[in-house]
Amino acid sequence: MNAEPINVTGTPIRAKGEILLSVENISLRFGGVKAITDVSFDIRKGEIRAIIGPNGAGKTSMLNCINGFYQPQEGQIVFKGERRAKMRPHRAAAGGIARTFQNVALFKGMSTLDNIMTGRTLKMKKGFFWQALRHGPAMQEEIAHRRVVEDIIDFLQIEHIRKLPVGKLPYGLQKRVELGRALAMEPELLLLDEPMAGMNLEEKEDMCRFILDVNNQFGTTIALIEHDMGVVMDLSDRVVVLEYGRKIADGTPDEVKANQKVIDAYLGVAH
Amino acid sequence: MASGTAGQADTFPKLLLRNARERASRVAFRHKDLGIWQSWNWAEVAEHVRNFAKGLHDLGLKRGEKVAIIGQNRPRLYWSMCAAQWIGAIPVPVYADGVAEEMAYVLDHAEAVFAVVQDQEQVDKLLSIADRLPHLRHMLYDEPRGLRDYDHSKLHAIEAVIANGARALKDPQAQAALAREMEQGQGSDLGIILYTSGTTGRPKGVMLSHYNVLIAAEIGCGFDGLNETDEVIAYLPIAWVGDHVFSYAQAMLAGFCVNCPESPDTVIDDRREVGTTYAFAPPRVFENMLTVTMVRMEDAGALKRRMFHYFLDVAKRYGEQILNGESVPLKGRLLYKLGDWLVYGPLRNRFGLTNIKVGYTAGEAIGPELFRFYRSIGVNLKQLYGQTEAGVYITMQPNGEIKADTVGKPAPMVEIRIDDNGEVLYRSPSIFGGYYKDPDKTAETMTADGYVRSGDAGFFDDGGHLKIIDRAKDVGKLASGDLFPPKYIENKLKFYPNIKEAVAFGQGRDYATVALNIDLIAVGNWAERNNVVYASYQELAGHDLVYDMIAKHVDEVNRSLASEPMMGGAQIKRFLILHKELDADDGELTRTQKVRRGFIAERYAPLVAALYDGSDAADISTEVTFEDGRKGVIAARVKVRDAKLYPAAVEGAPSSAKAA
Repeated sequence: MNAEPINVTGTPIRAKGEILLSVENISLRFGGVKAITDVSFDIRKGEIRAIIGPNGAGKTSMLNCINGFYQPQEGQIVFKGERRAKMRPHRAAAGGIARTFQNVALFKGMSTLDNIMTGRTLKMKKGFFWQALRHGPAMQEEIAHRRVVEDIIDFLQIEHIRKLPVGKLPYGLQKRVELGRALAMEPELLLLDEPMAGMNLEEKEDMCRFILDVNNQFGTTIALIEHDMGVVMDLSDRVVVLEYGRKIADGTPDEVKANQKVIDAYLGVAH
Repeated sequence: MASGTAGQADTFPKLLLRNARERASRVAFRHKDLGIWQSWNWAEVAEHVRNFAKGLHDLGLKRGEKVAIIGQNRPRLYWSMCAAQWIGAIPVPVYADGVAEEMAYVLDHAEAVFAVVQDQEQVDKLLSIADRLPHLRHMLYDEPRGLRDYDHSKLHAIEAVIANGARALKDPQAQAALAREMEQGQGSDLGIILYTSGTTGRPKGVMLSHYNVLIAAEIGCGFDGLNETDEVIAYLPIAWVGDHVFSYAQAMLAGFCVNCPESPDTVIDDRREVGTTYAFAPPRVFENMLTVTMVRMEDAGALKRRMFHYFLDVAKRYGEQILNGESVPLKGRLLYKLGDWLVYGPLRNRFGLTNIKVGYTAGEAIGPELFRFYRSIGVNLKQLYGQTEAGVYITMQPNGEIKADTVGKPAPMVEIRIDDNGEVLYRSPSIFGGYYKDPDKTAETMTADGYVRSGDAGFFDDGGHLKIIDRAKDVGKLASGDLFPPKYIENKLKFYPNIKEAVAFGQGRDYATVALNIDLIAVGNWAERNNVVYASYQELAGHDLVYDMIAKHVDEVNRSLASEPMMGGAQIKRFLILHKELDADDGELTRTQKVRRGFIAERYAPLVAALYDGSDAADISTEVTFEDGRKGVIAARVKVRDAKLYPAAVEGAPSSAKAA
């Protein structure tokens, strides 16, 4: 083997790991509107799992259920062997689930560095009092966390915007900062909601590279929603397809591509 | 100043040891890593290099073998040069942003047996061409990221090699043996091979001995009085002779500190933090800094803007005289002082030029406006003319004799002769020993009496300053017999901030034409202020209002050409704005960002045809290469415009020397 963790097509070769998270018969309703109906799938350790589907298929709702932002009326979520009907966002975060948002949700007035630093909040143990003093143990802690954050800045190649307020940055870079903040949590499972929306080709390529690197280097499991089919097929190990809140296909990119239901959902079909 | 010591230390490893003895605790290298400046003093550097040399030796590197060095400016890559030289191997720095194809040629031609590279990107590139590099035995990398799972039988971390060397050197016998290796080195040994960037044809390997490079370093250090308290920032390609002399040779000779930036994007901030005293940059770097500042000033409040422009005017009137030590009326002096406090000082600080003693620009002609701007705000910016074959220096501008349109007087120890065809020839102790494995080219370039043909046409003005017109073989003629100096025309156009690149056509044709690239920063800002909507470079470039604006620039250039004797015939009759930016990845520019006219003419043949057949637009589709090597196609309809011609000035009035 000549130093090839990545094969020619750019798809990572990974052993199928154990199940990290599974979604069991989830249904979610907003009043009379059924956002998700009886969907089940699993995410294995170390894989890149894509969730795709036409607009309004329930993809983002699904992510929101996984990290506890929404409470599904039916069904359960099993994360690291723990089964629960209700997940809470802070519990999800503490348990190792991090996410980015479809519409960038950063602190616009704060610098890149500070934004990523907020991703470390949960890991900071010293109390408010110590931190206010900015001395002794709190300082030690701050230095240790800053080191992690600097590693992430180096990893994402955003040294040049370290001290700029993120509100002033172009969209593609904001997305990268958001990814950085999620990484700062050192998550086991990273949820990416349309990480490449609104990006140009070059930015997309960069983002793909970062996603692969995160997966490869930190072994982070990734679940992502994405509309760019080329990206999805290249990046992911397995794909689950939703339409009108139901699962219509689940499998490797090739299997999904060949699935008639998926073709119909995307191209439309005469009923 | 340094000639005495250089006499004893005739190779770079010996110089390094001298520095480790004489200024052990002075900082030699800094590198900003993870947001913090890491530093190494001369004693530490010498220790690392010694261990590195031992490590390389134990990996099987032998005297006379070549080591390719690929990457950005990193301390360990500079050390690898010295470590290779220590055991008599020859470093061959390679342009790091080259695509694998270009790299394959250089590495194969140089017969590199080792490659010291920066990171995974370069490792991957080399692996992709490994089958064409039969000589390559080992690869060393600086940054381990992403390389953990690679097969490490032929791949090594630099850190590990240094550590192995350190372990092996615990044995006193090994120490003595390694010291002997270094002692064997002599000034006349081949010190480095620098591949020229290949403006024309394949890159050529310029062989420079330790002595050549030392002399070059001495010329520069002596000329501007550089010493160990100076600071430079190393950010230009390590494969370029300028960086090799400024950031390696002169630092070793004078003992000053070389600062490596965090990333190419942070150079301006990093420079500001370090406060460099000595700087070198091609004109485009200075241009970029000014463009960014001007764009930002447009967004500043009215009061600030007025103050800025008022004091820039003051600087324009008095700044240069003050810098040159000429007499200036008291009012001017006072106003300038005030301006320095309010505007120039903060500006210099922004640019990271507060402590600058001397700054050089070279590589391309610099716009007179741009040049004067920096001088007027108190930056001692000078021009020099140099070539890899000369070990860089040919001419330099002495303090107090600085003109925007010449490249200065012959550098110390350099003799210059102008050939009958106008070509500049030079001779000095620092000129190269020949092209590697290419005696024919060497014979073509060197005259029997030891002069080197520069390939540039130029002449001396009345004050003994050299003026360069163009590449000698590029100064062409129109069908009418009028002179056609393409670069001269291009440079005139490029001096406008709105125009990023220009390519002139006209050799053997009826009239001169140009294809242009607009500057996306400058024109984009203009578009924003004028409510011009655009989605891409292509759309903006094709916009009628942009064409109108560029037409004005072309008109001014024509007027200026018409006013110069001999140049009147070369006025631009028609022009177009290209639908894509010229890019080195597509082979349209060299790695040092010079346009490759012939290649462009071929690639955009339909557009060139349209420039000459009178049509007002042409269709074109071009293949482009993305950074990862994939290809795509860009198609567009490009408009062609006519420009106004002016009656040429009367021939023969001033001397031809003044003309160009």
